[in-house]
Amino acid sequence: MLSRLTVEGAATRLDGPLLFLKRTVEVGLNEAVEVTGADGRARLGRVATLDEDYLVIEVLESTAGLALPDTRVRFYGRPLHFDVGPGILGRVFNGVGEVLDGGPSIAAAKSLRIEGLPLSPTARATPRDFIETGVSTIDLMNSLVRGQKLPIFSGGGLPHDRMAVQIALNARLRAAKREDFAIVFAGIGVPYDSAEYFRRTLEESGALARTALFLNLASDSSIQRLLTPRFALTAAEYLAFVEGRHVLVILTDLTNYCEALREVSSSHGEVPSRKGYPGYLYSDLATLYERAGRIRGQAGTLTQLPILTMPADDIGHPIPDLSGYITEGQIVLDRELDRRGVYPPVRVLPSLSRLMKDGTGANYTHADHPALAAQLYAAYARAAQVRILAGVVGEEGLIETDRRYLEFGRRFEQELVNQSDPRTLDESMEVAWRILRALPKGELHRLSDAQIAKHIEG
Amino acid sequence: MSEAKIKWISGPVLRARATGGFQMREAVQVGENRLLGEVIRAEGDEITVQVYEDTTGLKPGVAVYGSGRLLSVPLGPGLLGGIFDGLLRSLTDTGTPYVLPGLRAAPAKSFRFAPRVQPGDRLGPGAVFGSVPGGAREQSCLLPPDAQGEVIGIVEAGEYAEDAVVLRLKSPAGAERGIAMRQDWPVRAPRPVAARLPNNEPLLTGQRIIDAIFPIARGGRAAIPGGFGTGKTVLLETLAKWCNADVIVYVGCGERGNEIAGVVEEFPELEDPRTGRRLMERTVVIANTSNMPVSAREASIYTGATVAEYFRDQGLHVALMADSTSRWAEALREVSGRLGELPGEGAYPAYLSSRLAEFYERAARVRTLSGAEGSITLMGSVSPPSGDFSEPVTTHTRRYIRSYWALDVRRAQARFYPAIHPLQSYSEDVASLTGWWQAQGNAQWPEWRRRFLTLLEDQARLERMARIIGKDAMPARAQLTLLSADLVNEAFLRQSAYSETDRFCSPARQTAMMKTLARFIEAAEQALAAGATPDAIAQLPVLRRLARMGEDIPEGEPAKFRELETAIEQAFAGLEKVSSSELRVSS
Repeated sequence: MLSRLTVEGAATRLDGPLLFLKRTVEVGLNEAVEVTGADGRARLGRVATLDEDYLVIEVLESTAGLALPDTRVRFYGRPLHFDVGPGILGRVFNGVGEVLDGGPSIAAAKSLRIEGLPLSPTARATPRDFIETGVSTIDLMNSLVRGQKLPIFSGGGLPHDRMAVQIALNARLRAAKREDFAIVFAGIGVPYDSAEYFRRTLEESGALARTALFLNLASDSSIQRLLTPRFALTAAEYLAFVEGRHVLVILTDLTNYCEALREVSSSHGEVPSRKGYPGYLYSDLATLYERAGRIRGQAGTLTQLPILTMPADDIGHPIPDLSGYITEGQIVLDRELDRRGVYPPVRVLPSLSRLMKDGTGANYTHADHPALAAQLYAAYARAAQVRILAGVVGEEGLIETDRRYLEFGRRFEQELVNQSDPRTLDESMEVAWRILRALPKGELHRLSDAQIAKHIEG
Repeated sequence: MSEAKIKWISGPVLRARATGGFQMREAVQVGENRLLGEVIRAEGDEITVQVYEDTTGLKPGVAVYGSGRLLSVPLGPGLLGGIFDGLLRSLTDTGTPYVLPGLRAAPAKSFRFAPRVQPGDRLGPGAVFGSVPGGAREQSCLLPPDAQGEVIGIVEAGEYAEDAVVLRLKSPAGAERGIAMRQDWPVRAPRPVAARLPNNEPLLTGQRIIDAIFPIARGGRAAIPGGFGTGKTVLLETLAKWCNADVIVYVGCGERGNEIAGVVEEFPELEDPRTGRRLMERTVVIANTSNMPVSAREASIYTGATVAEYFRDQGLHVALMADSTSRWAEALREVSGRLGELPGEGAYPAYLSSRLAEFYERAARVRTLSGAEGSITLMGSVSPPSGDFSEPVTTHTRRYIRSYWALDVRRAQARFYPAIHPLQSYSEDVASLTGWWQAQGNAQWPEWRRRFLTLLEDQARLERMARIIGKDAMPARAQLTLLSADLVNEAFLRQSAYSETDRFCSPARQTAMMKTLARFIEAAEQALAAGATPDAIAQLPVLRRLARMGEDIPEGEPAKFRELETAIEQAFAGLEKVSSSELRVSS
């Protein structure tokens, strides 16, 4: 076995994050290495290219301070792994899985490859059942289902951090034991004060005890950001599929991850695709998002709630665009609602949960839940159209029905979207029925006669 | 067989020094795990290989083994009901929940074989020599397109392994050849046919907006472009469930694992409304999800087309769904980039257009080599970046398809499904299918279809006008047009894929709904001419019954449509009475 082999003096060239070595050892593609310079600091890397004489190492941290003559490279003999064990809940890690909280290191029960393994589609079980987040626009209209990946598309300055933490604190399964539920929270390239906010709030509320917190700060090496979500997801997979828990993974902010990927790709001299991002951005993001799910015959589930900030609030930007093609829906935050003081500022029309049908309805939440959500969507979409019309011709130019829609739209935003405290699903449904009564009964095409009799007239 | 040694490797591409000749596009195996790959370039004694699996751990010096033949897939009776990866290796019963490198094709299974020929018979290429009874349907065993001659031996009826020789054939040149139930075919080569036939019969999908408005013929080609969240996958899955093809080949190309899991869980539960058998029994799923190796994504589309052709050659009607062709194009782009080819538009290789053409041309209604009629209807989804339909994959695809079902973000956001935009979509098969609808007793189909589309077109124009002058100020006729167009949308075009009653709509029920709607529109126009106000028409309670008829009137109850029509007549008769009495009061 050639593992833990150290090579010195073989370096021939340094170019950005790439280190070229003469091939004096037998190593394979993608194996992990540790590169140490005269400064004594160990940097993680991986074998990126091999030929008969040379090998290229991609250094995952800054190569500043490395010099060719005294660069030492230690080969791990295998790709990067993360040592995980029962003790990871309640702990704080940095972006590469080292404990940050001053406590002892983790007693390893398992060593798992951080890339994970591609789950066969035949081994997956369809996500089922509901996670209550306490947010009406999510629970009622875009329900989060166990095993789903549902990102929040936000923008700079919008309260996504607050939402993320609140969801981490309030999320619950309606019919499972509390100790079966765990949170993995990863801050990717977050500023120091946000990281402190996450850590303090989780600690003070006592939620840290069921959380594994990973923090990659904005000041940390940008290339390490490529590893942070992988370490976090490896921990989550351990909790879900080895310990059998229901795990909610909150990743924030995926935009920082994609920026790091672009940086590394351009330093490799790859042909750029849209906006300078590499052509494989879709496939790379898929290797993260697709780690959500359920495995047949296993109790645990892995649910992802990634958060990304849309550059210039543009939902067509490659990062939200490609994410939207992989994830099972999206929750979109809106600057205008935020300005009007609506919290959480969820813009429901472009928001979507594709798996909602699998986790709502008679067997999971309430028999009338899906029809209610469909009716709210249809009515609010109409209200939004009427609002554009009213903006041009004024409210006086509207017919009576349209005026009722306008009123419905106002109340929808103020009474349903806006909420100061978390609501249970039943509370959210109560508010929704109430505001639907503002519309003429003949307009409620998505509700059956029985539903109208029970909830609107009753 | 030829062998080579790796001299350079990066990601899924490697270069190796060869001893012995390798063909271009030859299938190879790499290393002790025997990873599958394909030769994509040859230069001197050096070959470039694209590996279809995770290459972690490979290093210079590792052996590459040639196979002596092009990248091929095994076609046999075991395909129906199965789930395979992009290279047609079974994903069921692999013993692990993960797709690990070095996945082997499943060992040959045994099937009941019934001979259909006798020693002494002379057989041409593609002739039927036996059948495999059982399952959802009897499958035929065909001679390979390159085999013909005299039968010199055939086994008796019984159970045989699919790769065991069951037929011995002497070619006209005198060479003997053994034929098994399962045969290999290179994925990139279309299987030959006797003749291509014109399209004259629809592929019925049970979806109103498709069958009645933008139909697709058997042997046709359709594209479904749409931004994320517009319902491409749900639509394709709905078509896979309810269309009247004999065999469905569903290619999940670079898409979500949970979706394939949904198909695998749901299809065995659902019943084919025509045969009463389980839907899974007529389905082949080829899954290369987005987390599986990218390079195999490129091959999966061809694998799907090859499997579809195999069933077509048995005289069956096949529907081939590809979700999504954009992910396939991206795989092309990625491999092209690694080879250092000059990028074209959108960084896609310049041959994107011709590859798309090759793929879509594999759809057709044909006379097979054995004289039967079969067809492949191809439906591909397109995922344009930021929903912009002017990007290369959408524009090139558009040149090769006949039905274009453009998905609209605004409809999807209002949860109006299927979100096919009636003004941006089209079908070139309308003229050739009019005769079929007439034969079904719907002689007015083209007229009603045009009427509905005109209404929707007028609606778009009038809504722009309403923004300027306000709905209240619009002439009564225009207000009625808006009302009727709304009704066409709500009552006819909207159809929930998850509703037990409405997820499938037979041509008979579509005809009844069209007729009822047309009757209402006509009666409303007459009432307006007779002095009724649009407001009064909009207040008619029968409108709600019309808007919900898809949900409320199930298949096979034509009496209820007649009832509804009577209700319409009565409503307008009542309206007339009111307006004439009003008239009397005011005079």
